[in-house]
Amino acid sequence: MHIVVCVKAVPGSTEVKMDPKTHTIVRDGGAAVVNPFDATALELALRLRDARVAAGEPSRVSALSMGIPATEALLRDCMARGADEALLLSDRAFAGADTLATTYALTCGIARLAKGAGEPALVLCGKMAVDGDTAQIGPELAGALGAACATDVREILACDAHAVLVRAAVDGGMAELELPLPAVLTVAKEAAQLRMPSIAGVRAAAAAPVPVATAQAVGADTARIGLAGSPTQVVRSFVPEQRSRAVPVVGTPAEQAARLVQIIAEVS
Amino acid sequence: MAGLVVDAARCVGCGRCVRACGNAGIEVRDRLAYPTDGCLLCGACVDACPVGAIAIEHSQVDAADLASWHDVWVFAQVEREGGLAPVAMELVGKARELACARGCRVVALLAAAESESGALASTLIARGADEVRLACDERFASADPELLAGWVCAEVRAGRPEIVLFGATPLGRELAPRVAVTLQTGLTADCTVLAIDSQTGLLQQTRPAFGGNLMATIVCPTHRPQMATVRPGVFAAPEPDPSRTGAVVAAPLAPGAASRVRLRAFAPTSAGASLVQARRLVVVGRGIGSQKNLPLMRRLAELLGAQLGCTRPLVEAGWLDYPHQIGQTGASVAPELLVSVGVSGAVQHLAGIGGAKTVIAINEDAGAPIFGAAHYRVVGDAIAVVRALVERLEADAVAR
Repeated sequence: MHIVVCVKAVPGSTEVKMDPKTHTIVRDGGAAVVNPFDATALELALRLRDARVAAGEPSRVSALSMGIPATEALLRDCMARGADEALLLSDRAFAGADTLATTYALTCGIARLAKGAGEPALVLCGKMAVDGDTAQIGPELAGALGAACATDVREILACDAHAVLVRAAVDGGMAELELPLPAVLTVAKEAAQLRMPSIAGVRAAAAAPVPVATAQAVGADTARIGLAGSPTQVVRSFVPEQRSRAVPVVGTPAEQAARLVQIIAEVS
Repeated sequence: MAGLVVDAARCVGCGRCVRACGNAGIEVRDRLAYPTDGCLLCGACVDACPVGAIAIEHSQVDAADLASWHDVWVFAQVEREGGLAPVAMELVGKARELACARGCRVVALLAAAESESGALASTLIARGADEVRLACDERFASADPELLAGWVCAEVRAGRPEIVLFGATPLGRELAPRVAVTLQTGLTADCTVLAIDSQTGLLQQTRPAFGGNLMATIVCPTHRPQMATVRPGVFAAPEPDPSRTGAVVAAPLAPGAASRVRLRAFAPTSAGASLVQARRLVVVGRGIGSQKNLPLMRRLAELLGAQLGCTRPLVEAGWLDYPHQIGQTGASVAPELLVSVGVSGAVQHLAGIGGAKTVIAINEDAGAPIFGAAHYRVVGDAIAVVRALVERLEADAVAR
């Protein structure tokens, strides 16, 4: 079984500040990390692979990312933790991609990985990235691949060569969903914690190749990637204003409580 | 040609763009900025440039094609129990505003498993829809986003709407991306502000990113339909007007369409839905100190006729279960009154309470960010204040 995990490099911190002098946005996120939701997806993929291998089925986990060349280090870390191979899509032509263009680029990457390890039975993603927060890539990938999909997956309950059974959050509760393979799953952070790399894993990963593919190398249609392939455009970004100063309610707890009773009666 | 362009006549070579860029994507040579191969087209330099010399150029618009798309459509989600999801009414209300500005119609897409969905269609019309495109089909009972996506795509291809709005419910968050990728158009998630250019019909979609630390306004100028999701509770549902009239048009699901995903079991949780609709909320955070103080908080909620919600750390600590969680990864709420107790106010939490009309925050730490989002600030021992408040409310209840 071939399992592809899509990982995104995100800033270590999502803090955004306004430069008080220039009134411009300062995005100083520090060193990039693997999106924490994607780290959980990787752990679920590794567990599933280990279970399939134990059951006698040769299985592989591939980590796929689109990003700047430095993302290679994060993919190497994914390999140190147990991924069998990695592929980085990195090209100036991919820059400026919205979710539609990113989805298309990832499908090109998946097609490239499929040449070596076979068509993936499962594609796993984090349910969202902590910087963009859109939660769109997983279901868009499912649509583009024509695969079944479950989002906000909390647990993979069972998986064989034909179907996967998952517990996932749906409207009004939790559902157990059975999906035919191939399927795309997006996972919640609480589903698992990514294992630490082993010393042997770090050594092997340091020596392993992380292929970097350009748009041309994966046969991507340049009209469908990067800025050119993105229907949406950001026209303005700004730091949200804080509300005006709150009215203080002072005194002893009893006095504060008395005033609060009045306020509550006034406002609702 | 799409890409980052620097206007050489305006650029003064000040280097602010270089400092604003996190990826060494732009450099200054001989007092003129040049993009490098590191440029991700993130736009940070565009915002930073004091003379407006940097722009991101996009491809051209086909005006004739854009003019052939009309009206604002809303996907009106039906709940598992059969009623309309509250967000459906909220979206119809917002669609009505956009349609009035643009001078077009509001069309609701209604896919129901039950045959008595005529009442749901009437509700949508009373709230602002001019037309309801209705599919009654037992196959919708599974609420499978893939099945719904096929139906929505067929309707959109036939009807050519200018805008399609979806609720950012678990279902909507899977359905809308599937529709967007099938139709190869743009989709903006979790919008908190929607405005329309009445001349061009361009939808200005504002949404939080970076955990609510940054707001971005996004447009989809060359593709139609323009699509957005909106979280429940962000917009107010309009009052129903029973005198409004509208058409109900049959829009059947294709005969061959079938669900591939099988629902094997379902365990309902009710608290989440009631939080979203609650008029009053008591929200507790780590500052309540101990799980032992929860009964006091429940008593406060009971006396106020409020629902109890909490921040993420309390769910992680197992004090309350996930349906109580408010914030970016929990529920977004819009009560008339929100009493926040011992909540520090992480941005992820604040992202979920933006719709509250009045926020009273009680916290020991005068510098807690929650006070930035509050209308009334109570600095003090949260437990002592709540205990005094409970005593006071109990005394009032007895007096009455």
